[in-house]
Amino acid sequence: MSALLTISGLTKSFGGLRVTDDLSLSIEECTTHAVIGPNGAGKTTLISQLSGQLRPDAGQIIYADEDITRLDMAGRVHRGLARSFQITTLLPGFSALENVALAVQARRGSSFRFFRAARAEKALNDAALACLEEVGLAAQANRLASELSHGEKRQLELAVALATGPRLLLLDEPLAGTGHDEAEALIALLGRLKSRLTLVLIEHDMAAVFALADQVSVLVNGRLIASGPPARVRSDPAVRAAYLGEEEADPCCASRV
Amino acid sequence: MSIAKGAAPLVILGLTLLPPLASAAGDPFLTVIATRMVIFALAALSLDLILGFGAMVSFGHAAYLGIGAYAVAVLGGMGVTDLGLQMLAAALAATLFALPTGAISLRTRGVYFIMITLAFGQMAYFVFVSFSALGGDDGMALKGYSTLLGLPVLASGTGLFYVSLALLTLALIGLDRITRSRFGRVLRGCRENSLRMQAVGFRPFPFQLTAYVVAAAICSVAGVLLANQALFVSPAYMSWQRSGELIVMVVLGGAGNLIGAVLGALAIVGLEEGLARFSHHWRLGFGLILVLVALYSPGGITGMIRRILPAGRPG
Repeated sequence: MSALLTISGLTKSFGGLRVTDDLSLSIEECTTHAVIGPNGAGKTTLISQLSGQLRPDAGQIIYADEDITRLDMAGRVHRGLARSFQITTLLPGFSALENVALAVQARRGSSFRFFRAARAEKALNDAALACLEEVGLAAQANRLASELSHGEKRQLELAVALATGPRLLLLDEPLAGTGHDEAEALIALLGRLKSRLTLVLIEHDMAAVFALADQVSVLVNGRLIASGPPARVRSDPAVRAAYLGEEEADPCCASRV
Repeated sequence: MSIAKGAAPLVILGLTLLPPLASAAGDPFLTVIATRMVIFALAALSLDLILGFGAMVSFGHAAYLGIGAYAVAVLGGMGVTDLGLQMLAAALAATLFALPTGAISLRTRGVYFIMITLAFGQMAYFVFVSFSALGGDDGMALKGYSTLLGLPVLASGTGLFYVSLALLTLALIGLDRITRSRFGRVLRGCRENSLRMQAVGFRPFPFQLTAYVVAAAICSVAGVLLANQALFVSPAYMSWQRSGELIVMVVLGGAGNLIGAVLGALAIVGLEEGLARFSHHWRLGFGLILVLVALYSPGGITGMIRRILPAGRPG
């Protein structure tokens, strides 16, 4: 099977700081690939480059046999490459249902329609509700996004990403800030998604990473120091020294870095 | 939304009754003021589409008032007095100016957008100031009123008032539908969070530019009416102070709320005329009222009504 996403020589600097350093990686279709690393390792910057929010300084991104390095965010979403955000990025004044319905609207028909009330479009609402049901948020469909709890916002963030009809989903810390029960529910949801989608997962919750990932890549200072099946990465001495071991050796340091 | 639904027919109905009330009160000047209110309500309404629903604070919107007014002068000078044709020409001219200037302005955000629209507005202003064939700085008097189907409907104060009110009502209904449509939902979404909209696959630019052009075209119709009311056009119609007034109307009424823009325009024109009767220093009182609204009622007039009435909230 050929790779769905291939990154080669990806480089990005902010001023003098190299956040992505000659990164090469390939991701097979229908696998879950976790990217881990200490804070500041450049994980979110990587996702931002993959999603089209940031332009890399050098390197190439090939998705489904197409060079998408210069393609904008909307273009990538239309090709099935969607993302979720670490810092919840929703439309606060829209209901949960409308947040999702807009994502459905983006891929169904033209949005240059000026007269019919969009909120009453059953086809859009039904599809949106199905996504809300999938993440377990159907009961909150008519509440404003700004009124949802943090955990519910994380669920909504996922529902919106799913509504774009992705083939590859970039998940930037989907569990960030959630409580234990919320995290359990989200992990179960990701477990269900993993069978039909390709997932790239950034996550600090190691239990979640090792439960979900088929492949794990470790990023330190913008560089890939290891990549492979979870068991092999876990026992990799360089990884233990650079990242995993830190938590045992010096927990306060690991959370600060 | 519930406010807009209930308030809009009430406001329009109230305005409909103004001319008979004015003649009953024996003060025909009240109809002149009411007409001015309605015309500025139309202009403010068009600005609300981009400012309130699209978060595009244009500081050059009065340019389209001027473009509409000059369309009447130019076409009238050529003997074309039909109101329909003049409105069409005004809207076309506004579109021609809004398309390139909007496209350039939309490359910027926030305070830069305000500055660049101000710059384009001033450019339009100075073009007409230096246009001696059109009276230059002094402006020019019109030869006569526009005609409706060959009839001099606009020559009477009441006729002009009801034509203006009809156009305001049409714009209110049209914009209400547009802002609720798929297009309007994308526009509102981009106002709330542009990054989120891009991440679900929208490119904000074509939506924002379309809204910018539609707003310009509607505002130019207000300009056509304004020229008819004064029988005079001058670059003063497109001064930056006028653009500022339009912004104040929208914000005072409650941005992102169509009936709010109408109420804001009614309030500002009403205050101008009312306070001017009391004192030459009316702008002082005007400023005080604006400060009070900004401090105590962030949602403007509609926000105030919403807090007083236990009405349902949008959602």
